[in-house]
Amino acid sequence: MMAKASLDRRAVVAELLQDRDDLLVVTGLGSPSWDAYAAGDHDLTYYLWAGMGSATTTGLGLALAQPKRPVLVLTGDGEMLMGMGALATAALKAPENLTIVALDNGAFGETGNQASHTAAGVSLAGIARACGFPYTTEIDGMAEVARLRLRVHARTSLAFATIHIGKAEHPKALPPRDGVHVKNRLRAALGLQTI
Amino acid sequence: MAGPAWPDRIYACLEAARVRHVAYVPDAGHARLIELAHADPQMCPTVLTTEEEGIGLLLGAHLGGERGVLLLQSSGVGNCINTLALHASVRFPLLMLVTMRGEWAEFNPWQVPMGQATEKVLQAMGVLTWRADQAEDVEPLVAGAADMAFNGEAACAVLLGQRLIGRKQWVK
Repeated sequence: MMAKASLDRRAVVAELLQDRDDLLVVTGLGSPSWDAYAAGDHDLTYYLWAGMGSATTTGLGLALAQPKRPVLVLTGDGEMLMGMGALATAALKAPENLTIVALDNGAFGETGNQASHTAAGVSLAGIARACGFPYTTEIDGMAEVARLRLRVHARTSLAFATIHIGKAEHPKALPPRDGVHVKNRLRAALGLQTI
Repeated sequence: MAGPAWPDRIYACLEAARVRHVAYVPDAGHARLIELAHADPQMCPTVLTTEEEGIGLLLGAHLGGERGVLLLQSSGVGNCINTLALHASVRFPLLMLVTMRGEWAEFNPWQVPMGQATEKVLQAMGVLTWRADQAEDVEPLVAGAADMAFNGEAACAVLLGQRLIGRKQWVK
């Protein structure tokens, strides 16, 4: 197997979210949410705290409803493994403004770093490719992360990226847990009304 | 052979409610409605690999300002249980139209456990439920459920009974 780099997850996410402008972000539950919050809370970020496996589908619905804005799903290998069918569903709709990033450390980090399927060789990018994603990539270096950020904003096509990160733990940075509040503030930022 | 008229009335309700996203796992009872959604350029139908995907999709659509509906079979309600926590925690319009199996005149006993638990499971997760067993009940129940979902961000399920849908034919 190819040697995998161990990028720092916080540095990766900070790079992806810099100068984010009109970017909409959905985070899968667990560490990707802490990473996104650590990079700076934002009205256009939706943090999921339940429904493991729903990050991709939530991002898909958002991308279909907001085709003029780039949408980034930030999730982990564990969360993505629980919703792999959603890759097939997203591939059929193929919104050009949707990018899914799996921060892959080969472990279930929130529950004690048990090895996940990707540690044994399951390739999430390979699955996305087999589903028909027009662009998939596996990233091991920060320069490629910076290029991916530009691609996200360009809305070139539906894309999936595995970013190989290390297992180093960071202090938890917990985003707000009030789902109604975070929903309403995101909608307000898009000019949408509450009930 | 012309099918029953109630699927067309559901479609009219969805149109009137400005529903754009039609997320579905195919079911014979919903076949006509799925066909109508695909034929309508104003609608965005999405076939799912499993029903709970539709809950995330409708949450995302709502975040982005669009309305949707989830079409599923009663067995698929079982697949949705954990993901229904999204509705309880976020509060967004969640309209579910459930075609029933495992009740009246069911041939396949393996369908019965989930069919009998469907309404209880929905209620246990905070979803409001109504049952339609007669064709004339379908339109008012769906229209009322859509009102409560879209005006009140409620989770609303209309169960379309097996008597309404008819016996599944097991011989071709």
